Amino acid sequence: MVPLAYFQLVSAGLFAIGLYGVLARRSAVLIVMSIELMLNAVNINLIAASSHLEGLANFAQFDGQIIAIFVITVAAAEVGLGLAIILRIHRNRSTVNVDEIDLMKW
Amino acid sequence: MSWFLFILLSFLTLGGGLGVVLTRNVVHAALFLLVSLVAVAGLYLILLAEFLALVQVLIYGGAIIIVLLFAIMLTRSADYPRISDNRQWPLAGIAALGLLGVLSAAFLTRPVEETQLHSPAFAGLGNSLFTRWAIPFEVASLVLLVALIGAIIIARSNEEER
Repeated sequence: MVPLAYFQLVSAGLFAIGLYGVLARRSAVLIVMSIELMLNAVNINLIAASSHLEGLANFAQFDGQIIAIFVITVAAAEVGLGLAIILRIHRNRSTVNVDEIDLMKW
Repeated sequence: MSWFLFILLSFLTLGGGLGVVLTRNVVHAALFLLVSLVAVAGLYLILLAEFLALVQVLIYGGAIIIVLLFAIMLTRSADYPRISDNRQWPLAGIAALGLLGVLSAAFLTRPVEETQLHSPAFAGLGNSLFTRWAIPFEVASLVLLVALIGAIIIARSNEEER
């Protein structure tokens, strides 16, 4: 049986990779993909905690898994809306490079 | 056996993630993302969360990757397939490594008392979702509905608006 800490390390690594992608990439579509990586890191953490700490503290049996389901729901909604906004920006400005979309930059 | 699978799937997850943020081809990035997400589904199976593994493959592997590929094809422009990072990438790397260090230190130093893994039943998950979590469940369905309507309105072409 793999201890909880190793799952948490994988989760931390995936989150850090996603953070790097969000900060370093210039294409809006790739930033959305990096956000998906970060959300998946959170889900790994939630489900690992749910499986390993079941019945401890104030955890009810399935709380971690159910919160992960809600995270997946919100991620799906976020991808749909985010890509719709990216398509609209591409139609108006002919670019998805976030460095060039600076109309609202102070 | 469990350790072998864990190491293999962790490698695929982190390698796929690195592929997403490092590759120069945007379609390859989407395919690396698929590798990473399916490997995460495998990690859920090691954790005995079968339902979540199923949902992960269906929603991420099936729906989200397809939608992302559609968006890549529809926003194809001169800078594709070659893509570049912006000038702040060393700072981004420092931030990511710093976050990784802090999180790893936190996870490794905190003592955790663990219970044995045991296989939970689907029925319990469903019961919990529709009793204890019924109101958040309804709110989540409302969020999906609003996001769907919003996406349709935002992505609609100009000709139809007039």
